[in-house]
Amino acid sequence: MSKLHAVRLNRDLCMGCTNCIKRCPTEAIRVRDGKAVIFEDRCIDCGECIRACPHHAKSADMDPMSRLAEYKRTAALAAPSLYTQFGPPATREMILAALQGIGFDEVYEVALGAEIVSRKTEELLETTDDGAPRPLISSACPAVVRLVQMKYPGLIPNLISFDSPMEITARLARKEIIARTGLKNHEIGLFFISPCPAKRTAIYNPIGRTTSDVDGAIAISDVYPLILAQLEKSVDAKPIGKDDLQAGECGLRWSAAGGEARALNIERYLAVDGIHNVIAILEEIENERLKDIDFIEANSCIGGCLGGPLTVANRFSGKSRQRAYIKAAQHMPKDYPAKRAAWESAIGDISLPDQLEANPALQLDDDITQALLKYEQMNEIAERLPGLDCGACGAPNCEALAEDIVHGEATEDACIVLLKERLAQEKLIHGEKGTDHAEKSDG
Amino acid sequence: MTKKALTRLGVSPQVVKRAAIAMYEAEINVVIHANGGTAEAEIFPDHIRICVLDNGPGIPDVDLAMQEGWSTAPDTAREMGFGAGMGLPNIKKNADEMSIDTRIGEGTKITIIIRF
Repeated sequence: MSKLHAVRLNRDLCMGCTNCIKRCPTEAIRVRDGKAVIFEDRCIDCGECIRACPHHAKSADMDPMSRLAEYKRTAALAAPSLYTQFGPPATREMILAALQGIGFDEVYEVALGAEIVSRKTEELLETTDDGAPRPLISSACPAVVRLVQMKYPGLIPNLISFDSPMEITARLARKEIIARTGLKNHEIGLFFISPCPAKRTAIYNPIGRTTSDVDGAIAISDVYPLILAQLEKSVDAKPIGKDDLQAGECGLRWSAAGGEARALNIERYLAVDGIHNVIAILEEIENERLKDIDFIEANSCIGGCLGGPLTVANRFSGKSRQRAYIKAAQHMPKDYPAKRAAWESAIGDISLPDQLEANPALQLDDDITQALLKYEQMNEIAERLPGLDCGACGAPNCEALAEDIVHGEATEDACIVLLKERLAQEKLIHGEKGTDHAEKSDG
Repeated sequence: MTKKALTRLGVSPQVVKRAAIAMYEAEINVVIHANGGTAEAEIFPDHIRICVLDNGPGIPDVDLAMQEGWSTAPDTAREMGFGAGMGLPNIKKNADEMSIDTRIGEGTKITIIIRF
């Protein structure tokens, strides 16, 4: 299993069509020799290609349930979007109990970590001085962070340099389990129940830190049938009561677009969802057109995490169900109702230990003189290309093909329009010769 | 476009940002005061040269125009949030070199140089 990325291609299923190359927001896919190829240095694991592929050739390389056997004690870290997959009569307590029923020794709600991030973000927005970058951009969605690192490095200072809710919840869970059981670090396995491949990559190839406290990510779609079966039979695991719930409505809201921003109790925010919409907003920020905004919530998936590529429920029904879970939580404090004081003192600083770096994957060359040369060549080639952006060459558009040619990875013959023109010309020449020949034989 | 090119050439984000802001401000000026014009950017290994040209009314007093808060933008532009009198000062702030060649009734040419 590659540690670098969670998005995988099944070559047997790939038809070499243009669906994925066209939808990839970072132009990280090409079709070569009839099969899709992913440029690993450009992939941000957003999962758009998984959605776009009509042949299901793209998939997410997630951890299997069998990995639970590697540890003495395991905990499921439930993404807030997990609940939205199940409608009534399921309750949050039942879903968490069902996770125990399918093999996890413990369950932790990532909505809890989300609430901690919300409170810390509020503090950050209140305390930063005038010179601080605005708007601040949430770093909760790893695909968005990687997009910024590659395509908008100028906005790295705007990213909120906090650990993700998943990471924070894992840290708390690990501390608590060790304190309670006396087990060693490596004997405890923490698994995120994930709506997306980007989160698995965030574990194996973390952002802003060298190691993750999480041991693996299991797809919501993989645990879905198991939980459903548990819900259908009477749950035999240790029942979870209302008092065991770790998160309040604030964290539950994080599963849908707009929820994270709403949890901040501020007005000057903007919530954007869908990676292509996120790109449009990042452009706006770069052009300094969003100076009246303090906070940007940005989700790679349309609808937010409940629209993740590894979810099962339709995102509209997920959003509708989210309301029921929020309503059920309204009698409780809005955020981390249980053990609040203990968790607040346990968590401490949630800043990322390492600085967020730019990813130079889009740089044409390390040397600027060479890069300029390549840029010039690229423009010259692009001018010769038809500009149809048909994708038939295997690159998402003519400009991308021009770039591939400059990098020596393709030739102009890859363009079927140019090829057709050339063939027509050759035919013309060949045709004239043919006539000559015919005349001769007639004579 | 220019911003994308600079990023792809590996120019540092801070420099890209300065170039983008300077160019944007100059273009906004052209749109507000001169009803359009042309913008050209030439990229060299160590600097970028941006040239924004218009056939507008020209700037009668360049020193005054360079002062923060001075603006002759019409209300229609102000209503859209422009015309705060920060355009030219902002270009100067972001540029390593800036020159204004303006002729009344003929037009204005602003040349901006930003070094990498």
